[in-house]
Formats: sequence, structure tokens, C-alpha cells
Amino acid sequence: MEVNFIVRFLNWLASFEPKALVLAASALGTGLAMIAGIGPGIGQGYAAGKGTEMVSRRPKIQASVIRTMLLGQAVAETTGIYALIIALILLFANPLLNLL
Amino acid sequence: MDGGFGPTVVFEVAGIQVTETVTVTWFIMAVLIIFSILVTRNLKKVPGPVQSIVETVVEAVNNLTAQTMGDDKMGFAPYMGTLLIFLAIANLIGLLGMRPPTADVNTTMSLAIITFVLIHINGARSKGIGGYLKSFAEPLPPLLPLNIIGELANPISLGFRLFGNIVGGLVIMSLVYGGLASMSTALLGPSAPPILSAGVPAVLHVYFDMFSGVLQSFIFTMLTMVYIAMAMD
Repeated sequence: MEVNFIVRFLNWLASFEPKALVLAASALGTGLAMIAGIGPGIGQGYAAGKGTEMVSRRPKIQASVIRTMLLGQAVAETTGIYALIIALILLFANPLLNLL
Repeated sequence: MDGGFGPTVVFEVAGIQVTETVTVTWFIMAVLIIFSILVTRNLKKVPGPVQSIVETVVEAVNNLTAQTMGDDKMGFAPYMGTLLIFLAIANLIGLLGMRPPTADVNTTMSLAIITFVLIHINGARSKGIGGYLKSFAEPLPPLLPLNIIGELANPISLGFRLFGNIVGGLVIMSLVYGGLASMSTALLGPSAPPILSAGVPAVLHVYFDMFSGVLQSFIFTMLTMVYIAMAMD
């Protein structure tokens, strides 16, 4: 029964044009790749919260606290930027289409 | 990449395609060079209004370099100042309707490669060749491949961070403009001009072009300074 279902699903997939399938899967992959945006969001928010805490505790060192915070946030952003690059490649310069 | 977000080719010289990125970069370079020559042509002991502004900028860059890299590495201040001003203008030029050169991965990666070369040459110079090579095997020799991969990942993440931020803003802005244009045709009929896209995206321009652009140029410069200072100490 289950094998039958899988075969039916694969037959259903094969009824589409291969290019359309690859494009649809790339669009899904783009969305899935951007889930990585959660991580930098949490990390940057945590850094910003700690920075605010420190500034409210010692307002005199505000400038250096904010500079360090921005630097740390920029480094924390790296994984999100990688995800964005993957998403942009899948959307605009799809390498998978050339394999067809 | 037709229909993508890539820069358009302006003209072609002997088979070499000259894109918008290159022409806008030339424009920025010309503006910077002419401005520098005009401003520093006759410097006075008692500064006039223009000279005071320029002196403030130079002093801010010098202070930033001294604080971040230490007083013994003040020789990097001119490069860092140029980098900061070039990147800030390059990111802000989207406001004038030109395509930011930093929205092309070639620009950002070449700047990142300059940083990479500076890191390693200055690291080798200040530590000596032996100490420089030994720093890859620290804290433990088995970590050598990890250290090498980490060093190679530095310029890639540096270049892609700037590129990703600017291009992300560009893509979102073009999506918003397209959406507003089709919304105004849906509201006012097919022949109406896209009046909704005048004024509404201003808030987004303030964030993506002004705030994010200036912040990213500052971060690129700061990270360059921190990496070089870390490699030299």
C-alpha cells in the first residue's frame, strides 16, 4: 500500500516538466534557507539587550559599548548573510537549471 | 542573468564588458579625488569653514584608528579613512538613483582580498616568518587545518557581509517599488502613473540606504582594523 503510494507520487511528479519541478523546488529551498534568519535575530537581539543593560549601568562608556556591540552583531550576522547568499543564488543565478 | 539583480552592462571595450559597477566606482573615485585636491589646496594655520570640517573628519578617523588598533599602528589611518569614506559614499549613492557599486560581489570581494593581504603581510612582518607560521599551529598543532580554514573564511565572510546587506536592501526596495506600482495601477486604472511609489518608500530608503549603508561601511572598516591589529599583536 505504502510502496504503491510512493510510486503514485513519483509518477505524479514525473508528469510535470523537469524545469518546472526544479524551479518549484528552488523556490521552496529559498524559503527554507532563510529560516536561518532566526539565529542572527536571536543573537543580535541578545547582544543589543546586553549592550543596553551595560549602557544603563554605566552611561559614561556608552560609545565604546555601542561600538563593541555593533561589531559583535556584525560577526553574529554572518550565518544569516550566508543564508541570504544561498537564497539569492537559488532565485537569480540558479546553478541547478544548468544540470538539466 | 537577465532579469536578475546583477549590474547592467553600460558599454563594451574590446570585448571587455564595462558594467554599471565600474562606471559608478569611477564616478565616486573622481568625486573623491577632485574633492581632496580642492580641499587641501591651500591649507591655512587658522582653518576656514571647509577646512574645519575636513579636519574634524580626519581627526575622527585618526582617533578611531588609534582606539581600535593602538597608537603604534597609526600608519593604517589613511587607508582606513579612505575605505570608510569610499564605502559610505558607495552605499549612499543609491539615494541619487545610481546603483551602489557595493551591490556587486566583485567590489566587496576585492576589498576583502585587500584586507586579507594586509592581514597576512603585516602579520608576517611584525611577528617574523617563524612566529607567523607558528601562529597557525596554536593553541595545539592538530588545529592547523581548522586555523587555515578560519583564515580563509575571513575575507569571504567580510565580502559577503557587505554584499549581502546592500543587495538585500536593493532587492527589498525593488520589490516594494514593483508592488507599489502594480498597486497604483490596480487602484487607479491601467494608464495611471505609479503615484503610490512617490513618498511611500522614503522610510525604507532611510533605513536601507542611509542607516544600513553607513553602518555597514563602518563595520567593514572596523573589522578590517580589528583583524589587522589581531594579526600584528
